[in-house]
Amino acid sequence: MPKTVLMQGNEAAVEGAVAAGMRFFAGYPITPSTEIAEGCALRLPQEGGKFIQMEDEISSIAAVLGASAAGMKAMTATSGPGFSLMQENIGYGAMAEIPCVIVDVQRSGPSTGLPTSPSQGDYMQARWGTHGDHPVIALSPATVRETYTLIIRAFNLSEKYRTPVIFLMDEIVGHMREDVELPDPSTLKINQRKMSFHDGANKQCYFVPDGQFVPAMKPFGQGERYNITGLAHDESGFPVNSSEIAGKLVGRLLDKVEKNVDDICRVEEVEMDDAETAIVCFGGTTRAVMDAVAAAREAGEKVGMFRPITVWPFPEKALRARLPRLKRILTVEHNHGQMLLEVQRIVGGALSVDFLGRIDGTVISPADILAKLREEGPSHAE
Amino acid sequence: MPSDLVHLYMRIDHLPQIWCPGCGNGVIMRDVAVAIDELIHDEDNPIKREDIVIVSGIGCSSRAAGYLDFNSIHTTHGRAIAFATGIKMANPRLHVIVLTGDGDCSAIGGNHLIHAARRNLGLTVICFNNDIYGMTGGQYSPTTPNGDKATTAPYGNVDRPFDIAQLASGAGASFSARGDIYHARETIEIIKQAILHKGFSLVDVYSICPTYYGRKNKKGDAVEMLKWQRDNLVPTARYYSMSEEDRKNKKLVGILSFNDYPEYTEEYAKIVAACRKTKKG
Repeated sequence: MPKTVLMQGNEAAVEGAVAAGMRFFAGYPITPSTEIAEGCALRLPQEGGKFIQMEDEISSIAAVLGASAAGMKAMTATSGPGFSLMQENIGYGAMAEIPCVIVDVQRSGPSTGLPTSPSQGDYMQARWGTHGDHPVIALSPATVRETYTLIIRAFNLSEKYRTPVIFLMDEIVGHMREDVELPDPSTLKINQRKMSFHDGANKQCYFVPDGQFVPAMKPFGQGERYNITGLAHDESGFPVNSSEIAGKLVGRLLDKVEKNVDDICRVEEVEMDDAETAIVCFGGTTRAVMDAVAAAREAGEKVGMFRPITVWPFPEKALRARLPRLKRILTVEHNHGQMLLEVQRIVGGALSVDFLGRIDGTVISPADILAKLREEGPSHAE
Repeated sequence: MPSDLVHLYMRIDHLPQIWCPGCGNGVIMRDVAVAIDELIHDEDNPIKREDIVIVSGIGCSSRAAGYLDFNSIHTTHGRAIAFATGIKMANPRLHVIVLTGDGDCSAIGGNHLIHAARRNLGLTVICFNNDIYGMTGGQYSPTTPNGDKATTAPYGNVDRPFDIAQLASGAGASFSARGDIYHARETIEIIKQAILHKGFSLVDVYSICPTYYGRKNKKGDAVEMLKWQRDNLVPTARYYSMSEEDRKNKKLVGILSFNDYPEYTEEYAKIVAACRKTKKG
């Protein structure tokens, strides 16, 4: 029997993560994500897990990577300013292939900004926040219930591809309370880390068989000794100065995501089959868009919603498949136009792409969206 | 022909190491290996080799993690103690040894150092303290003495230096000590005690950097710098037999502070046990 509970998005993130097997959390208080740390402090000891409040966000992500290397599923949660501080070590996680989940409950920026107000201004930071070319998987939930199930998927992808996964929430979903029907735990699909070294002659800890992308992993302190580094390294895990090996390594790291986009990408499409106008949105903006789509349909307008659930990589193939029927795209985000850039890249001038955004910490209403839909011709106003 | 110790505990394929001629870091790395070897072969209470994890940050010191043949993780600049915190929390059975430098652990990583000391998390931090940023070419660090020269202090260092062992003591470290490369046997004993200590332990080991610090400050070659250590750093027994007057301008090689505060992961385990009991009951 599934049970129904009244829950906040931040609480659903905790419960979903615990269901996914997360047993280590390190974090630092920051609005509007703090309930996640509080929830983990309460829940993890009950499950035999560990919580620690670190001295800042830099050490939080570092402790998470350390715990994951030592064999635990691990998570941290923060908001914009803390997410900025974590970026160097997120790149370390990508380079050293240490799975973990980083929750960013976005708030209004830049800088300290409007700490309690909603925003989706970290969309590009989630992709390009750390230096160098690196793989990124980022998922963004639209509802409290989806927060619960999607964070499980975030852990599954992180373990499967051995890479940090960004769980891109926003203040709207993080602080919204709603009835949630939690799935029966026995129905959940939980990925465990591919473990142990490869048999046979090749005992290299980063050895990847031909045709595969992800090396198996062994935790620290359970037998075979190996080295982990953020320097360019060969399959033995030791630093190299060879441009050939470094290029091959970074290429493989990028391929883990790029060659598996069909497995990683998920989209929610509503009323898209005959739509002539698609509204592209993600996360907490979705509710207003759904209302606007329903109102437009009632008025006989052929409008649909295209919502990336996997926001990085952007579900390019799915959007391309919709382009032949579409006459117009309206991208709606609580920022100055970030996912818009991905949409424009994919559309490439084939049709008009409009934008509705907000950068003042208030929320976009269904009426705002309908008004924008009914504006004459393409425009770019805010 | 490398010694048995090298064969046993170092990754021969990755030697020779990158350190400059006369650098003290190799001595400290050797001291750590000897200390571990003696603890592994302790008749009463041996530690297990597979339970040792070496964690390092960035800088000259931190290359040691790659040479020592244990579980090793070479992390980001300043964050070794924070990575180590996660490792120790995840698996408290492990002996987590952080190899770091004066810049890595007291400048960029200073915050993590004092907080790990305050928590009394059971890590062992060995600081390779050479008073300078060597890897980047001789800039002043938080331990460069006032008035000394560095590439970023061409007119003399205006900053006042940290005493890292005292800093750790002040932050509540339950074991804080000082070692050096001249008094190797004493330093090895201190490192052994630090590893066996249950709570947070720090050993600030004075290294030498003839290439940058020594040359910039006309300290002579490695031998001259070692002589300075011999004449100015004093092991415990002798130090405490000296008059206060004689102790002026000398520094103790030994344990500065020691107590048996409860260790963090043991305290946390009690919370977990209590929560689980309540949940079952």
